Amino acid sequence: MCVANTGKILSIDSEKNTASVDFRGSRVNARMGLADVKVGDRVLVHAGCILQKVSDEQYEEWTALAKELEAD
Amino acid sequence: MNDLKNIIRYLKEYDGEDIRIMEICGSHTGAIAKNGIEAMLSKKIHLISGPGCPVCVTPSAYIDKLIELSLESDTTVVTFGDLLRVPGSRESLREAQGRGARVKMVYSPMDIIGIAEAAPDQKFVFAAIGFETTTPVYALLLDTLIREKVENVRLLTALKTMPEVVEILCLGGAKIDAFIAPGHVCVVTGSRIFEPAAQKYKMPFVVSGFEGEDLLRTIYLLVENKGEGKVINNYPSVVSYEGNETAQALVNKYFIKSDASWRGIGNVAGSGLLIKPEFSKYDAGSSGLEYDEKKNKACSCDKVIMGLISPEECPLFGKVCNPGNPQGACMVSPEGSCNTRFCIR
Amino acid sequence: MSDVITMAHGSGGSATGELIDEIFAPAFANETLLAMEDSAVVDGSQKIAMTTDSFVVTPLIFNGGDIGRLCVCGTVNDLLMRGAVPKYITCGFILEEGLETGTLKKCVESLARTAKEAGVCVVAGDTKVVEGHGGMYINTAGVGLFPDGDRNISAGNSAAGDAIIVSGTMGDHHATIMAHRLEIDTDIQSDNAPLTEMTSKLLASGIPVHTMRDITRGGLGTVLKELAESSASVFYIDEEMIPISPAVREFARLTGIDPVYMGNEGKMVVTVPGEYADKAVEIIRGSRYGENAAVIGEVKKEEIRTGKLIMRTKLGGERSLDILRGEGLPRIC
Repeated sequence: MCVANTGKILSIDSEKNTASVDFRGSRVNARMGLADVKVGDRVLVHAGCILQKVSDEQYEEWTALAKELEAD
Repeated sequence: MNDLKNIIRYLKEYDGEDIRIMEICGSHTGAIAKNGIEAMLSKKIHLISGPGCPVCVTPSAYIDKLIELSLESDTTVVTFGDLLRVPGSRESLREAQGRGARVKMVYSPMDIIGIAEAAPDQKFVFAAIGFETTTPVYALLLDTLIREKVENVRLLTALKTMPEVVEILCLGGAKIDAFIAPGHVCVVTGSRIFEPAAQKYKMPFVVSGFEGEDLLRTIYLLVENKGEGKVINNYPSVVSYEGNETAQALVNKYFIKSDASWRGIGNVAGSGLLIKPEFSKYDAGSSGLEYDEKKNKACSCDKVIMGLISPEECPLFGKVCNPGNPQGACMVSPEGSCNTRFCIR
Repeated sequence: MSDVITMAHGSGGSATGELIDEIFAPAFANETLLAMEDSAVVDGSQKIAMTTDSFVVTPLIFNGGDIGRLCVCGTVNDLLMRGAVPKYITCGFILEEGLETGTLKKCVESLARTAKEAGVCVVAGDTKVVEGHGGMYINTAGVGLFPDGDRNISAGNSAAGDAIIVSGTMGDHHATIMAHRLEIDTDIQSDNAPLTEMTSKLLASGIPVHTMRDITRGGLGTVLKELAESSASVFYIDEEMIPISPAVREFARLTGIDPVYMGNEGKMVVTVPGEYADKAVEIIRGSRYGENAAVIGEVKKEEIRTGKLIMRTKLGGERSLDILRGEGLPRIC
């Protein structure tokens, strides 16, 4: 029900409490305040807010699984 | 079994007992359609769409109230694109714009702050609809409004929570055997919120991501665990057992549990959230928006939402009701069951 | 002249003269236009192709293009799709009060450059000023000729056995404009381009082209569904073969819009008999703006599915695609 996407934090503006999150070439200024994040983190953004930090380990496992089909 | 190819074969060749699987979440409905997943499943696996499209379950009283606000001379309604074309009891926001309603579409609720600061003599109302995923965003918005002393923004809320309505679905006549649990709701709530229902009704719930690969694996896990009362987390990159506790705390700071009116289901005790009384000056009149008058009496959105009939079984489907001329909310939202079905039929 | 457009610039008096002398005349200098007659008198052919279009895009200047370039591309591409050679274009400008002169100048110069690139001559123009907030609208008419005789290229001609080819990546223009409106900073550039080179090479090659369509509003899905209906056949496409840049794919996810329904301003779909598919792709790839051309599917004749567009998904499923319904609004839920 709720569109949310995974991007990577490029920079943080702590005064405005926002982070610039990159989605493969498109950058969204997302509000922080719902999750503890830092520059370089992969994050889940919903409705312009960072909702969660993405676990790198699990994410990589997932992308490996997704690539399985393409590989063969 | 982790190998996707084997999963695909398994789901195609499955010849066990029939299994009825409900995807609660509208984004799952959309992803299933987009990936052509139904065509990949054995005839014994049935997918049924549930009530997880916030636009689809919003009663007409809410839309009517938004329109009323948007027609006030000094007020602008700010909303997501999804809501613009949903019919109220007489018209949609989009139609009201034609007679002077002031409506602005945004990507994020947070955008309303800049908009409001640029026009301090005007009033702005955010159409705050959504489930557990979006509620923390509204909590953050309230927090920011208070901290930055923005006085000209209010929220008209129609916020709903999942477990209570899932309970009704478990009891209901749709004869569901298993649930695809909404991934982004669980990011906030944790997978634990579906545990009571899973255990009580001996049904598997699998928390799923939104790619085709995720969904195939989820459906496989549900079929394999039919009859088991457990919750499996198949979206561990962002979902944990406890969920996002910071977000939960912020929601609890500003919102209080309430009853909520669902289009097609009616009033469900404890299935909603309202802004707490101490912050009521930020509430644009959200309580008591219960009535649900259909634009077309024959519209069967209510039964579709409950999984009792498929969209094709509605007498209006594809005839007078189509995405260009929606009679009910399920045909409006790109995630609504009827819209999705219409576009891939 | 002044920095912004005022009502006086539409008066027909001295301010209008200033506007023409300083902005339009230098950009469009050609004999026909400089004659300043009430209408243009030009050479023709036995049959001509004619089209008209209006451009109302905001913002006026965007990543990779502007309303001036866009109006030439849109007009010229419509003519090209019938196998005509675009020759003449007219431009009616409707300017809103408050428009910055610099913006106007940029767009007009870009329009002139694009016209030159596309090989068309701006033979007539008009300017009006209305009240407003600094906007600009352009209405065009285009005329194309058939120097080598009429060509039979039309939507109804696609036939069983045809290959379906697209000339490049989908959704770039749509994503660019949507990003501006949603204030998302993006590297994506509009694909607005005149398809003159690829179409003229394709037609000169002798390949029996059945259908050409530019893929604008409504996107690939809408165009192909319409072609399937008008040719009374079934269009099959493979999701995996459709060229979409990673940035647009991600943007589409972000906004919840399906790339199959995103608009373009410099892309076309072509159907040719299957045996010519490789050659056609090679020609388009060798032409300007065609480097990502690809075969994405084929046309079939099947009684039960006549008029349908079927996509084979990357996972191995199937879905039927309809024309775009609704407005393609970004959504959150």
